[in-house]
Amino acid sequence: MSMKKLTAGLLATTMLVSTAASAQDVTLTIESWRNDDLTLWQDVIIPAFEAENPGITVQFTPSAPAEYNAVLNSKLDAGSAGDLITCRPFDASLALYEAGHLTDLSDLDAMSNFSPVAQSAWQTDDGSATFCMPMASVIHGFIYNAEAFAELGLEEPTTVDEFFAVLDAIEEDGNYIPMAMGTADQWEAATMGYNNIGPNYWRGEEGRLALIAGEQRLTDPEWVGPLEQLARWGDYLGRGFEAQTYPDSQNLFTLGRAAIYPAGSWEITGFNAQADFAMGAFAPPVPNAGDECYISDHTDIAIGLNAASPNAEAARTFLNWVGSPEFASIYANALPGFFPLSDAEVTLEDPLAQEMISWRGDCNSSIRSTYQILSRGTPNLENETWNASTQVIRGAETPADAAARLQEGLASWYEPQQ
Amino acid sequence: MRTSRIKWHIIVFLAPAVLVYTAIMIVPLFNTLRLSLFTEVDQERVFVGLENFRTLFGDPRWSESFWNALGNNFWFFFIHMLVQNPIGILLAALLSNPRLRFSALYRTAIFVPTILSFVIVGFAWKLILSPIWGIAPEMLDAVGLGFLYQPWLGLEETSLTTLALISVWQFVGIPMMLIYAALLSIPDEILEAGECDGITGMSAFWKIKLPLILPSIGIISILTFVGNFNAFDLIYAAQGALAGPNYATDILGTFMYRTFFGFQLQLGDPHMGSAIASAMFVIILIGVCLYLFGIQTRMRRYQF
Repeated sequence: MSMKKLTAGLLATTMLVSTAASAQDVTLTIESWRNDDLTLWQDVIIPAFEAENPGITVQFTPSAPAEYNAVLNSKLDAGSAGDLITCRPFDASLALYEAGHLTDLSDLDAMSNFSPVAQSAWQTDDGSATFCMPMASVIHGFIYNAEAFAELGLEEPTTVDEFFAVLDAIEEDGNYIPMAMGTADQWEAATMGYNNIGPNYWRGEEGRLALIAGEQRLTDPEWVGPLEQLARWGDYLGRGFEAQTYPDSQNLFTLGRAAIYPAGSWEITGFNAQADFAMGAFAPPVPNAGDECYISDHTDIAIGLNAASPNAEAARTFLNWVGSPEFASIYANALPGFFPLSDAEVTLEDPLAQEMISWRGDCNSSIRSTYQILSRGTPNLENETWNASTQVIRGAETPADAAARLQEGLASWYEPQQ
Repeated sequence: MRTSRIKWHIIVFLAPAVLVYTAIMIVPLFNTLRLSLFTEVDQERVFVGLENFRTLFGDPRWSESFWNALGNNFWFFFIHMLVQNPIGILLAALLSNPRLRFSALYRTAIFVPTILSFVIVGFAWKLILSPIWGIAPEMLDAVGLGFLYQPWLGLEETSLTTLALISVWQFVGIPMMLIYAALLSIPDEILEAGECDGITGMSAFWKIKLPLILPSIGIISILTFVGNFNAFDLIYAAQGALAGPNYATDILGTFMYRTFFGFQLQLGDPHMGSAIASAMFVIILIGVCLYLFGIQTRMRRYQF
């Protein structure tokens, strides 16, 4: 008797559960590498979306950043990947689209909120299809110790000459290392050096696209210019910068021992927590007074739709919301330093982040020159640029030689440059 | 009744080792050699014969990287042979001196770094040598010799030698232990007989002990050779996969890693990576064969 009761009870619960499941319409799962943002998604972003869209439940299931690409690929091949896929920029996502794992999203309404630059990281080479909804970018510039600047009576430089005058003044005073950057890890020299100051020389998108089209060469003055400026940086980087690592540089700056830090905006959160002095930021100085200014506003993260998802309609609703100004505002304020890519006006509460995002109004945005298409072959232009920038800063190679080497390497496999 | 001619017990006892060794060593090794004969065209694996090797040795960029890495590898090995083994022999000779006090303490202290992880060693030495927080520059400053300090890991001329010396520091315990054991196994009768003939002190070491430990030194040399040509971890932990500055510390292991698995925007190329791994295998094979047939067979052994 009791056995029967138990069975009946079990049956009843099963039925209840299944009714509950059918009443609750759709659950969307997001694949991501941003496990740092887990609480942000669970507590802020997803509740905001679910409140507006009853019937759609969203789950954020991140994996470790270093493993993300491999985990995602195996899940996609096995058919067990989530409905929504966080997209790495450029070739990694393009390969997923070409393999049929991502859907073309060009027709989504929210896509019109994004400029062509913002979309470029998740487009086919001819720009005909955009397969991920852009989420955030990082902006390069220089963060400085505002108290040190006030103490020495210095102003934010706007031209290269002013920039070096400021560096000279700090050097002369002797209390601060003028600029915190090392060459041990190499990537800072290219990312925070070359691609930070470069867009002002090669006129942002204009030069970048001309290089891809084969109309400009890396040995042209626009492309050698940033290397020539980098060659002058070496004198201001403090003793032993050749063996200084990335965390060393961060610490030198936040401990107040260095006055200027060539930065990416992702540093803002860490610097706010570490530094106990006021900070300011200035955009990369232009070569000549009155020049139009360009910034590296590098597309970093987006979100796309798994082509095998059974919940495509709900997923599209979600993606449209990700493209909305509301999402942009939530995301940007929760993660100062990761800026929304949408054209919508967003106000940030963090002053440093607000300062950096305000450059978009005065300057033209571009992305890192080496990321799209040009790093597909061997030798890889991005990796070569790390090496060339480092060599030039250390004074081991002249800017002209380094540029010639980069051009020769690129031309060896990239047809438009041959 | 005759029992079965097949000696089952031999097969049964050999099986676990043979199976495990085959599965995790022999199969991957031959698979790597096989992989180096293929390449990928339009996401499909195609047989290309020795094309990868022609690229590796024929293409100026590839061959330049390869010879640079091989040259660095030889320098890395050279420093080990020049520094690690003589110091190991010296330490062993000192430790085997019966009048030395606390010899167990020294032995342990010198051997401990050997069991540390490469990551810890690389990180600790990076900190010690750091121009900003390191104690090496501070110590020199304290005695007024601060100007002598260079960012040793950051300069092309010094970084590889510095790393080789760090590796020597870590592994000097191994030759020390092996030679110490060899020295202990020399019977006292021989030394006493030598004493009767007037051979004592230093000349006893040079004329009696050294010839007797030569086979151990040979084994240590070949172990060092194989270890150095397979090295990767320390360079990776201290300098990263790009083996900076300007590839001055790039050895075959880091070169292979970068090629096989890719790095930053560079996508991995398992086929070229396998070609490099195969080249490494051949180099080590040649080295070991030279030793086995050229040196080992000529070495005289003594029975006590």
